[in-house]
Amino acid sequence: MKAAPTVAEGFPDLSGMRLAREPHWFRWLGAALIILVLAAIARAFAGGQIEWSYVGRFLTAKVILEGIVNTMVMAVLAMALGIVLGVVAAIMRLSPNPVLRSVAAGYTWLFRGTPLILQLLLWFNLALVFPTIGIPGLWTARAVDVMTPFLAALLGLGINQGAYTSEVMRAGMLSVDIGQYEAAQAIGMGRLRALWRIILPQAMRVVIPPIGNEFIGLVKATSLASVIQYPEVLHNAENIYYANSRVIELLIVAGFWYLLVVSILTPLQMLLERRFARGTMRLAR
Amino acid sequence: MTKPLVAIRSVSKHFGEFQALKRVSLDVWPGEVMCLIGASGSGKTTLLRCVNQLTAIDSGGIWLDGELLGVREQGGRLHRLTEREIGRQRLKTGMVFQRFNLFPHKTALENITEGPVQVQGRKLDEVRTEAIELLRRVGLAAKAESYPAQLSGGQQQRVAIARALAMKPMLMLFDEPTSALDPELVGEVLAVMKELAQSGMTMMVVTHELGFAREVADRVVYMDQGAIVESGQASDVLGAPREARTKAFLSAVI
Repeated sequence: MKAAPTVAEGFPDLSGMRLAREPHWFRWLGAALIILVLAAIARAFAGGQIEWSYVGRFLTAKVILEGIVNTMVMAVLAMALGIVLGVVAAIMRLSPNPVLRSVAAGYTWLFRGTPLILQLLLWFNLALVFPTIGIPGLWTARAVDVMTPFLAALLGLGINQGAYTSEVMRAGMLSVDIGQYEAAQAIGMGRLRALWRIILPQAMRVVIPPIGNEFIGLVKATSLASVIQYPEVLHNAENIYYANSRVIELLIVAGFWYLLVVSILTPLQMLLERRFARGTMRLAR
Repeated sequence: MTKPLVAIRSVSKHFGEFQALKRVSLDVWPGEVMCLIGASGSGKTTLLRCVNQLTAIDSGGIWLDGELLGVREQGGRLHRLTEREIGRQRLKTGMVFQRFNLFPHKTALENITEGPVQVQGRKLDEVRTEAIELLRRVGLAAKAESYPAQLSGGQQQRVAIARALAMKPMLMLFDEPTSALDPELVGEVLAVMKELAQSGMTMMVVTHELGFAREVADRVVYMDQGAIVESGQASDVLGAPREARTKAFLSAVI
């Protein structure tokens, strides 16, 4: 039998032709519908009973600006506390020691299982349980003096956040290949050093997106601290509308600031992700 | 009379119902290159991991450099050593893994300096000089600042060998070091291992590379179903096997 020709006849040469543009009728239709709906909503608000001049006036009022600063201070400190507690709890959860494992599981169960607002109220009212607190013989104080709205909010938000963060950290650590742990052991590292030097840095890459998610949630959850008189932005906005009855206007002001903060956080998260992606991309550096 | 560097005595290991090692006894002598061969599931990798204490044995004993591994005998009972003591014992061995297991977030150089600096507490300056020398020895002096993902499999495995050597071990353990490599990259890793063998390093090598075993090994050990079936000079075990099971294995893989 004769060898078959490498390239058979009868197939046209398409190499010079371009792909035709598709019309995408439904995309155009969908976009038009959405613009119509948005226009209707905008028109409704424009004609609604909102005094936009109040929104503009209070947007940069001193009390509001102080409020958003307090919101951010609380969110950052509570997240820091939450990450420390979360990392410790996650390491305990993955420990071979059953006592440590149970303590960590109990912590997560307790603080994830009760509403955050309830925990905030409990911390704030701790004086009802322990009128005085301190270290016997060294230092004592009245609980009402110690448990300020700031401290109650920090403990309530931070400890609650730690319970959620511990699960995120645990997932991140489990995502690192077991071979990494063995390689660390093989060069003589102990458990904690291997976790700190080898496992956690690799877990960070995986946990930053969910931690960013958690932080955005926490920024908004600080508004719950308004119930225990912590002067964050929503609390301050409420105080103003109690006086001038411009409820919706001030809620819009507070909403604007939350949106702005969250919009700034998203690119920050991307920078952080890039930092921890070291070595994972072929063209890194 | 010298003593064996590694003395394995009646070591057994179960994984649930499965018995991976059945009362295995084996000696490795200083300067010896030993190749462990056998089908997957024969226990050769488990035996290697027991020597490095990545796997704890159920019964029996392993002595390295005259020191009992993992446990201490006291009052007729065995007491498990602390994690710190086990870590110190591990420093006498260097381990090279099938999947390299380089730290992906560290450069080749940082992978090598990590152990000496963090575990042995040595000065970064002097360790770095040694690490660069080790990279030169495995032919990768130009790749010091590369991350593992930027290296080929063969290059990663050579960095892994340098990382193990940086701890100045008295025994090198290789767990199928070329099994995860593309065929054209196997040679460069074997060349480094051969150079290491010629330098007098004591080595235990789990491998399917019978050519390497024939050329480099002082002794070849054939394992099957958790036990040593045959052991002897490479030319004897590979060239003129006595046991039927060894013959069957060799005819299946060649």
